[in-house]
Amino acid sequence: MLLREGQFRNPSGCAVTGVIDRSGKGMTGEGMIEAISVMHDRSNGLGGGYAGYGIYPHYKDFYAFHLFYETRAAKEQTEAFIARHFEIVYSSEIQTRRIPTVTDEPEIFRYFLAPLPRKLANSHLDEREYVARCVIRVNSEIDGAYVFSSGKNMGIFKGVGFPEDIGRFYRLEEYEGYAWTCHGRYPTNTPGWWGGAHPFGLLDFSVVHNGEISSYDANRRYIEMFGYRCTLQTDTEVITYIIDYLVRKRGLTLSETAHVIAASFWTTIGQKDAAAREQETLLRRMFPSLLVTGPFSIILGYEGGLMALGDRLKLRSTVCAERGDIAYIASEESAIRRIAPDLDRVWSPAGGEPVVFELYGKEGRAQ
Amino acid sequence: MNIYIRPEYEVVRDENRCIACRVCERQCANEVHRFDPETGRMIAESDKCVNCHRCVCLCPTHALKIVKSDDTYKTNANWDNQTINEVYKQANSGGVLLSSMGNPKPYPVFWDKMLINASQVTNPPIDPLREPMETQLWLGRRSAAIERDEKGRLKNTLAPQLKLNVPILFSAMSYGSISYNAHESLARAAEELGTYYNTGEGGLHKDFYKYGKNTIVQVASGRFGVFEGYLESAAAIEIKMGQGAKPGIGGHLPGAKISADVSETRMIPQGVDAISPAPHHDIYSIEDLRQLVYSLKEATAYKKPVIVKIAAVHNIAAIASGIARSGADVIAIDGYRGGTGAAPTRIRDNVGIPIELALAEVDQRLRDEGIRDDVSILVGGSIRSSADVVKAIALGADACYIGTAALLALGCHLCRTCHAGRCNWGIATQRPDLVKRLNPDIGYKRLVNLVTAWNHEIQEMMGGMGINSIEALRGNRLMLRGLGLNEAELRILGIKYAGESM
Repeated sequence: MLLREGQFRNPSGCAVTGVIDRSGKGMTGEGMIEAISVMHDRSNGLGGGYAGYGIYPHYKDFYAFHLFYETRAAKEQTEAFIARHFEIVYSSEIQTRRIPTVTDEPEIFRYFLAPLPRKLANSHLDEREYVARCVIRVNSEIDGAYVFSSGKNMGIFKGVGFPEDIGRFYRLEEYEGYAWTCHGRYPTNTPGWWGGAHPFGLLDFSVVHNGEISSYDANRRYIEMFGYRCTLQTDTEVITYIIDYLVRKRGLTLSETAHVIAASFWTTIGQKDAAAREQETLLRRMFPSLLVTGPFSIILGYEGGLMALGDRLKLRSTVCAERGDIAYIASEESAIRRIAPDLDRVWSPAGGEPVVFELYGKEGRAQ
Repeated sequence: MNIYIRPEYEVVRDENRCIACRVCERQCANEVHRFDPETGRMIAESDKCVNCHRCVCLCPTHALKIVKSDDTYKTNANWDNQTINEVYKQANSGGVLLSSMGNPKPYPVFWDKMLINASQVTNPPIDPLREPMETQLWLGRRSAAIERDEKGRLKNTLAPQLKLNVPILFSAMSYGSISYNAHESLARAAEELGTYYNTGEGGLHKDFYKYGKNTIVQVASGRFGVFEGYLESAAAIEIKMGQGAKPGIGGHLPGAKISADVSETRMIPQGVDAISPAPHHDIYSIEDLRQLVYSLKEATAYKKPVIVKIAAVHNIAAIASGIARSGADVIAIDGYRGGTGAAPTRIRDNVGIPIELALAEVDQRLRDEGIRDDVSILVGGSIRSSADVVKAIALGADACYIGTAALLALGCHLCRTCHAGRCNWGIATQRPDLVKRLNPDIGYKRLVNLVTAWNHEIQEMMGGMGINSIEALRGNRLMLRGLGLNEAELRILGIKYAGESM
């Protein structure tokens, strides 16, 4: 019997792409579908997904949970759990469109939630930590239920299939957001579980990733010390937790986080100016177990921005581009050219060099 | 009545090759070889031979070899020759059997039952000849608060750490148990390699204070040679609670090895056995250990990491957890195969547990309790090759102590007779005529060669796994698979069986 995602470690190759309009204007998900379709051969039909930011303006103050349910019992159990911890402002099944190539979908629900004030106060937790812990509990304790999106004014849409089909399945042309990321998956195993598709998200962080990291178990065993449970056993999951830990829990900036995850080599650090040398050495000495080695290129989405980051040896390609207010990130330049043939600037960031695109006037707000 | 015991090994001389040059006679401190003027030939007394191979190595015509004796008592699977002989020896003398170096018994070696991963297709191996391959690391406490200065820059809130260029240190071997020249070789090699050697519990010879920044000084239950200047001179201080070769008892240095110089360094009388107390008499509990840790930190103004060294014993995980909460910066764990200059044979061969299992348990326990970052883990006893180092780090060690391997590099042939003080290789002796056989100019270079070679091999194996920093290997147990291990062993080691997927 084949094991399900999470019961074994499943490395995969992939295509990633992202776009942000820094003026905050909305775009539908159609552009992303168009871009990722060019990189069709970088996926193998076993996973595709999207993250859209700014898509729920009417419910922007509420946590938007997206859930997969495999059984009625799982749904009942989860809804009881949610009701114990949150006020449910609105809930419904997520509207989808029948696509012949997308099959075996679970029940897919969406909830807009506010933590119950008394429950939150009694927990002595910061609100985001409270929500994160609830997500981790559902995912690790309720069999057949999976929270795959949990941020405010953002949403993840994913499933088993080619990414362009998954995009149409979720009717992404009906959503408008200022930023989108997209992922096409090429897993080297065939579990066919919807929860295993990407992006992976926690609160408003979402990560799409291409690569297979060699530091996985070192990273996993370290991050699990801090309450995270790597139930999916994927690189994307552990990288998301690392970013959440460093940024949200420890208060590092995105650039500092990049210097932990994709730290410069000691020899390179030695050649930097005194201030940079001191800061980067300190970060490597404090968080050596969060250094990620092996090939990866990721796009991190968060409220107000996108960050592209590649491994320090640059074993996976990443291309960035700008056209007016709009910035693009993709595994291949062709994906960008497909949706924006004329660009002001196109470049390939160096390995380990973070590239951050944020809404104007809201820079440096990742937390 | 003393029962005659036939020697276990016999000296065999090829008379056709021997030129009676008497090199063997001059080289053997055990007086095995002698020239017979009547026949003009060399004679060997195998009874005195410890099988250190000094004569074999130095014979200019390669006329000598040492063979295992084929003399045997009636074969008995329960009472083998050695067991019977030990009964005879004890009936002869009434004494406790004494041995040296690590446990030689045929217990399983778990290092040899673990295999290392390599990249194929889905991610690339990295070529250390063409790409950077980092083996540098920092040892010590890593958990620290994030604080920023007025410009928003991170402040250095870290406790003192040790920087290592290689994940290998030389483990504790005291001046007294080994020679001045052996210590000088270790100190100079540590300096050149960018790592550390460890004084052991014998104090620090006044000539070696200049190597202080590459020296770890030990504070053991005997407190030999401990004073302010000693603590001040070092890069780090190690409290020795126990040793893998003899858990539960203190150090043993036979009086024969306590020369004038050793006496001065240790601050004890010359020629008298130096037997350290089994416990530290100011440490009868974990809270007492905390007091000593902080006393040493107070004495050195919180500028040096404190290491606590323990022998691998049954309750190791809980003990390590206690130590991690006692203010120690590094825990050093010594496995039951660890070497020694002298230990009661029964203790060496029967007490303690394998370092592989102890390490796996400790690393996992500290993670379960969320305190793995409060301490680094050093392991030794015994690390025999670069592959052992890679496996230890993948199980969760920060770095490895090597002792026996370092002595082998200096010429030791593991004759396991250090306690006699007549080491023909000039290592485990204080006799000036023997000590001078070990040239520190050559000795230090051989140590540098060994560690450099291992480091290259470590880099090759890391590169194969697609890992280019030793820090990304630490605790990366998915890089290991077991072979020939049972369920309990796999569970304790926290690894999968060979053939099981990721």
